[in-house]
Parts: sequence; structure tokens; C-alpha cells
Amino acid sequence: MAYRVLAGTRVRNRRLDLGVSQVDLARQINISGSYLNLIEHNRRRIGGALLAELAQVLKIDVALLEDGTTEAVLGPLNEAAAAFPQVRIEEAKAESLVERFPGWASLITAQAARIAQLEERTRTLSDRLAHDTQIANSLHEVISTATAIRSTASILAETPDLDSDWQSRFHSNIDTDSERLAESSKALLGFLDMEVETGSGALATPIEAAEAAMAGRGYYIPEAETQTLPDMPDVDDATRGVIQGWAVRAGLDAQRLPLVPFTQAARAVAYDPARLAAWFQVPLEVVLRRLAHLPPQEDHPAMGVAECDAAGVVTYQKPVLDFRLARAGAACPLWPLYQALTQPGRAVRRVVQMPGVARTSFECFAIAAPVGDVVFGAEQRIAATMLVRPAKEGAETPGIVGPGCRVCSIERCESRRHPSII
Amino acid sequence: MGRRVLLIEDEPNIIEAISFLLSRDGWTVHTHSDGETAMEKVAQSAPELIILDVMLPGRSGYDILRDLRGAPATANVPVMMLTARGQARDRELAESLGATQFMTKPFSNAEVLDSVRTLTAS
Repeated sequence: MAYRVLAGTRVRNRRLDLGVSQVDLARQINISGSYLNLIEHNRRRIGGALLAELAQVLKIDVALLEDGTTEAVLGPLNEAAAAFPQVRIEEAKAESLVERFPGWASLITAQAARIAQLEERTRTLSDRLAHDTQIANSLHEVISTATAIRSTASILAETPDLDSDWQSRFHSNIDTDSERLAESSKALLGFLDMEVETGSGALATPIEAAEAAMAGRGYYIPEAETQTLPDMPDVDDATRGVIQGWAVRAGLDAQRLPLVPFTQAARAVAYDPARLAAWFQVPLEVVLRRLAHLPPQEDHPAMGVAECDAAGVVTYQKPVLDFRLARAGAACPLWPLYQALTQPGRAVRRVVQMPGVARTSFECFAIAAPVGDVVFGAEQRIAATMLVRPAKEGAETPGIVGPGCRVCSIERCESRRHPSII
Repeated sequence: MGRRVLLIEDEPNIIEAISFLLSRDGWTVHTHSDGETAMEKVAQSAPELIILDVMLPGRSGYDILRDLRGAPATANVPVMMLTARGQARDRELAESLGATQFMTKPFSNAEVLDSVRTLTAS
């Protein structure tokens, strides 16, 4: 029978892996052995400082001890396996791998993410090589110059009776062409714009680097509350530009929904987005973004958000628990985010759950709306926004959404794009 | 006057090297480096063979080839295309437009001389 692995079980598993006795561990964190026993058997929920202390003593990332980690890692782990169908894996042991060796499981998923990132980078560069006119011109320059050098050098080498005027002329041609070749080669490399950082080995796009930076900040930009830009000296210009774009928009949202009155109202209406939109007379998508952009140190319910453009490409997201969408092309179209795109202006609310063991049910609120000023005669940009938060248990039967077709077990789904490995 | 070749190429030192090579082999080499006015030069020089670069300023070699094959006076003149792009689709395009031969850069002088002699042998 499948079961959900809770924090206590993880603590126990990790302790056993390290060969530490229950008595020793309890002593190291200043609790009684009997209390630790209750924790390990999930009869006492733990979190906060005690969980952090246990993580430190057990030498493990605290995120890997928290509830729900299995579900968050299992999906990406299955996707990593799907990328190598020729490798025979023990599918039934995947959960056991995550439970017993969460660090190794996370390493596999991190490497899979890196491979996907590099493949995407390769595709982008191939496309550029094939279609970029500047690169094509630069390549033509390089090859034409090399051709001229080769032809001229052959004449010099193969014509022993070449008179001195021609020799001099051809030597001069080789000299100038060699210099041109050096310059055009440098220009070509510049167009390819391959910056491989030694050490970090990062080939992240600015969006990916910006998301990583946001994750490090808890997906919250405090400067937005005062409509100022964050100072981020440790990222490159392109990444900073992306983050500052997000900060500007968060600042505009904060201007319309100032923190103190907004949080007071939100608590008063149990964080109901529609009521908040009516209360403050702002569009629903502004409220959805604002609810996902509240100070993490304040006691608000955990909420994530995802935004996509009209092509369905995720342009921004803040994950929560085991909710995270693939950036492009691989997310399940059953998510309310994409359903909202089919009818801009229509507010969508659904409770959904991914198939599998004890997945989190999420209450989702989504809407697609125009972006920017409305202009007669011009094509209007549309973007969809979806707020995601854990649903109240037992409130309603959740609809099913998939983790992505390759690792989705939903049968007879009209929206399936690929066969599943499961 | 020897047999005439028209070289349509915008790289000056390629022009100089190929001109020298073919001149020593007894050819009268006419050269032109602008795609826009290439057809006028064809009409003026009435060559027995045209060596035509694909990437030219003004008009591409493919467009010029299309015009050459569309004009009765040049429909059957052998045309050797030169290109830095050696992919199959480029070769297929050149052949579909009527190129007699397709040569990728960088090429050897021996290859050029051989091809010019072969294409004009008949």
C-alpha cells in the first residue's frame, strides 16, 4: 500500500543511514528520546526551528526533510528516467530511492534539469546558426577569406617561376587576408555569444538565472513595496533586467494594493481573490499576483503563482509545495492557467490534484487578460495568471491534472500529447 | 583573344587568384563583383563559362542563375556556383535552378582549373 512519507519518517531514515542512535540524536538536539520517537513515528508534527536543528545535526538540507518532498522530487525523477528510455530502471523503487536517499534523488533531478537546459541551449544555438543572417554573413566572410588565402598560397607554392611583382602582390594579399580572417573569426565568436563561466559551468538563460535568484530571495522583492528597484550586484545585466522587470510590475501592483491595508483585507475575507478584487476595485490578475507576493516572514498561507503568454510559455512562476510547471511545451493543458487562455476575461476556479500518491490538492484561481494598453486596430497581447494554494482537505473532489504527458498515468486523456512511460 | 570566362565574385583576392590561375591557362578572364549589375556584364562579355558566387551584394547568385537560365542567350552556358554553404539543400537548390556544377569554398586551385576545363570541353 502506498503511503505518504512524512517528515518524521525522513528523520528516522536519515538517522538510521548515519548510524546514529535515537538516544544520541535526541541528546544532540536537547529533546527527550521518547519525544523523538513520537516524531519519528509521525505522532508529532514538527517544523520551524526543531526541524532546522534536526537537519543540521543530520547533515541534510532541511527541504529534504519537509513533508511533501517525495512528491516534489518523484515527478522530476520520473521525467529524468523518461529521457533515457534505453536505461532500465526499477520503477517501483523510485519512491524508496527518494525516501531513503533524498540527496541522491535530488542530484539526479538536478542533473536532468541541467541536461534539459543544455539541450535547449544547443537547439537555440543551432537555430541561430541556421537562420541568423549576421552569423551567416560572418561565416561567409570567414570562409571567403580562407578561400582567398588558400588560393593565393597555392599559387605562391606551385608557381616557381612567378615574377617578383606577382610574388609581392600575393604576399601582400595573404597578409591582409590573414588579418581579416582573424577579425572575422572574432566577430563570429561574438555573434555566437558563448559565455561559459569556468567554475560555475552555468549556461543558464537570463530567465533561468532570474528564477534562481528569486528562489534565493523566497520569491519576494521587498523593494517593490516602495516602488524601488532591487540592487543585485551578483547577477549579470541580462538577468538583472529580467528581475527588475518583475520588480517594476510588483511595484505597480503594490502601489494599487498597499501592503498593510491589503493584508488586513485579505485576512478578513480569507484570502478570497474575487472579494479582494471587488474590495480594492482592481483587476483579478493584480490580486492573484499580489497574493503570491507577500512578505514570507508574515504569517500568510503558502501560495504560488504561474503566468504564461498566449503561446502557453510560462513567463513567471513561484512554486509552492509540489506545484511547478514546465517552462515550455511540457506542462499539462488541464491546468486552469491554460484553460483561462481559451476565454480571456473569464475567471476560473478549480480544485485540482495530480495523480499519484498523496499529491497535494490545489485550489487554483486563473484568469487571462490583456497586457498593456488597449489600442484599436492593433493585436492585443494576452497573458494568463494562476494563483495556486493548498486546498482545504475534504472541501470538494479535486479534478485531475497531469505532471506532464511523459510521466502521466491518466488514461484516455483527450489532451495527451505523448505516450507515457508509466 | 582566348576563350572567355566570366567570374562573378565579390571577394577581391579570390578574383585576383582565380584570374591569375585561369589567365596562365590561356583564358580571358572577365570579372564582376556586384550582383545587381551582373546580367549586364554577362551580356557585354558573352562568356563560354560563368563562375558565379552565391552570396553577392545586391542580388544573390541564385537569382542571377534563374535569370541566366531564363534568357535564351545564356540558357545553356555552363555555370559553376561557388558557395561557403555546402549543405545538401544548397546544392539541391543550385541544381534545381540549373547550375552545371556546385563547388564549396574553400576549394583548391586544381579543382577550379579542372572543372573549368571539363565544363568547357564540349
